[in-house]
Amino acid sequence: MSYNINKKGYYGEFGGAFIPEMLYPNVEELRQNYLKVMAEPDFQKEFNQLLKDYVGRPSPLYFAKRLSEKYNTKIYLKREDLNHTGAHKINNTIGQILMAKRLGKHRIIAETGAGQHGVATATVCALMGLECIVYMGEIDIARQAPNVARMKMLGATVVPATSGSKTLKDATNEAIRDWINNPVDTHYIIGSVVGPHPYPDMVARFQAIVSEEIKWQLQEHEGTENPDYVVACVGGGSNAAGAYYHFLDDTNVNLIAVEAAGLGVDSGESAATSVLGREGIIHGSKTLLMQTNDGQITEPYSISAGLDYPGVGPMHAHLYKSGRAEFISITDDDAMTAGLELCKLEGIIPAIESSHALAVFEKKQFKPNDIAVVSLSGRGDKDLETYINHFKL
Amino acid sequence: MNRINQKLQEDKKLLSIYFTAGYPNINDTATIIQNLEKNGVDMIEIGLPFSDPLADGPTIQASSTQALKNGMTTDVLFNQLKDIRKTVNIPLIIMGYFNPMLQYGVEAFCQKCQEIGIDGLIIPDLPVDVYHEDYKATFDKYSLINVFLITPQTSDERIRYIDSISNGFIYMVSSASTTGAQSGFGDEQTSYFERIANMNLKNPQIIGFGISNNDTFTQATKYAKGAIIGSAFVKHVTNNGVGTIDGFINKIYFK
Ligand SMILES: Cc1ncc(COP(=O)(O)O)c(C=O)c1O
Repeated sequence: MSYNINKKGYYGEFGGAFIPEMLYPNVEELRQNYLKVMAEPDFQKEFNQLLKDYVGRPSPLYFAKRLSEKYNTKIYLKREDLNHTGAHKINNTIGQILMAKRLGKHRIIAETGAGQHGVATATVCALMGLECIVYMGEIDIARQAPNVARMKMLGATVVPATSGSKTLKDATNEAIRDWINNPVDTHYIIGSVVGPHPYPDMVARFQAIVSEEIKWQLQEHEGTENPDYVVACVGGGSNAAGAYYHFLDDTNVNLIAVEAAGLGVDSGESAATSVLGREGIIHGSKTLLMQTNDGQITEPYSISAGLDYPGVGPMHAHLYKSGRAEFISITDDDAMTAGLELCKLEGIIPAIESSHALAVFEKKQFKPNDIAVVSLSGRGDKDLETYINHFKL
Repeated sequence: MNRINQKLQEDKKLLSIYFTAGYPNINDTATIIQNLEKNGVDMIEIGLPFSDPLADGPTIQASSTQALKNGMTTDVLFNQLKDIRKTVNIPLIIMGYFNPMLQYGVEAFCQKCQEIGIDGLIIPDLPVDVYHEDYKATFDKYSLINVFLITPQTSDERIRYIDSISNGFIYMVSSASTTGAQSGFGDEQTSYFERIANMNLKNPQIIGFGISNNDTFTQATKYAKGAIIGSAFVKHVTNNGVGTIDGFINKIYFK
């Protein structure tokens, strides 16, 4: 079985491009060009140069000694938190801004939840001198004020999404509507491996640098390219897609996808899509999503704005359905505790999204000789307020 | 013959009205349909509300959200429509997004439509190719016409392809926009209308998005077989309730 995308834009039965005709010319233009553009030596050169000099890649693969001792296994952290702007999101926005330029687009739109992708998009737009409009749910604007300020400082216009639940899902709707209304000069930089084909594949390819580096870094550390486990949190699934990418067909490498259980999967306040979702269509992709019996998309909940999404990318839906990846859900409380533990044991303050991945070691027993690589997708600066409130610091 | 095809043969310009089912009140559906027919409307698009209507502007988003809050579901709508053919003869089309149909089961949905006497469907986020490969046979089995959209950005080649797959009319989106975003037509639109009119397609065209009054209706139907009014009608019932539909229609149709 293949775990990567097929020619028609599907992972198994998931994916495709379920878009209104108004979006067809844009999405089709991208579909016809993305692989060609990405293969151009000139594109590769510019992409790699920026990842190195601007983002600060390669990001370290760090052996977390004290954490490993505590859980009696070998834990490596892939330090995406050390990237410029503080998360893996910038790998994708660098790639997409170069794509947009080659397609002759000069207006950039994006959606954002926590603001990390919005900041990463505003950053590359400043870098390239392109107009940037970021849609963000009204509720998220209120709870992520520092990132809103960052985007503004970087020259972006932040537009509140006031429809529906006023969070990430609605910001995505608004960005798509903007694209419908601006079909010629605009590129939509989606922030995860979601949306219509070719977005999930394109974003996965831009994030694939993460597992490419893990391979040679682990070779240096351990004399083997392959860990026993790769662990990553899944909102839409882009950091996980990047960390899994070069291991997808290597079934000796176990993949663990960590979803946000919120207050608990049965509490009604959760974002654990694999447990609570069914097959359906969200944002142009056939995938797993949380919905009512008659197909209305429901509101997820997680303490972490980056995981607060009612779907997952089609790659992850396929990894779930095929059993290739193990899906584990982690509650708000367990994630917060694991986050604080990393601070105390390793001197690293993780993003709350990444803390969900770290909480797996309390839930699942690993063997002493197992090598587990955890995608530390982002740093916790943006989450200080939430940590402070949660632990009454 | 399907009522849509019959209607399209009439020697007149057609007025089609979109409304959101379950809005303003959950039980307005049949009343609205009956009043529209009584006032000379040629065809009706019954909007099955969706939580995330990507192709719609603020007016229809808001009516959809309210309709869902009012308790509208696929089952409720089918129930409200079950006797509609006892009183209504004009073509009825259900317009909705694909996910609710997928969850109902596409075949079960189509079967139910036929039972009720629905003549066609408009599903903006069901792409032409997927329809053609996976669902056309089912639609045909239940004698449903599927209506596709084209926009000013749609290439001639793709328009010809869509024309070849269509068997009712082509829904011409007046400009690159979500529903309701227009305030009259400029040169760009009229040259697009002309371009399509000159393509001599096998299916007649009906123009929608941005039609709101007699002026835009007259302009659109200069080039096309008919025009569809959505957001402007939804706004009208928002402000005036469903009792004054005659006033709204008279202004559009008969000046
Ligand atoms: C640090 C961090 N990790 C993870 C995510 C979740 O996104 P994805 O699942 O696409 O990696 C986000 C999203 O905002 C994030 O900021």
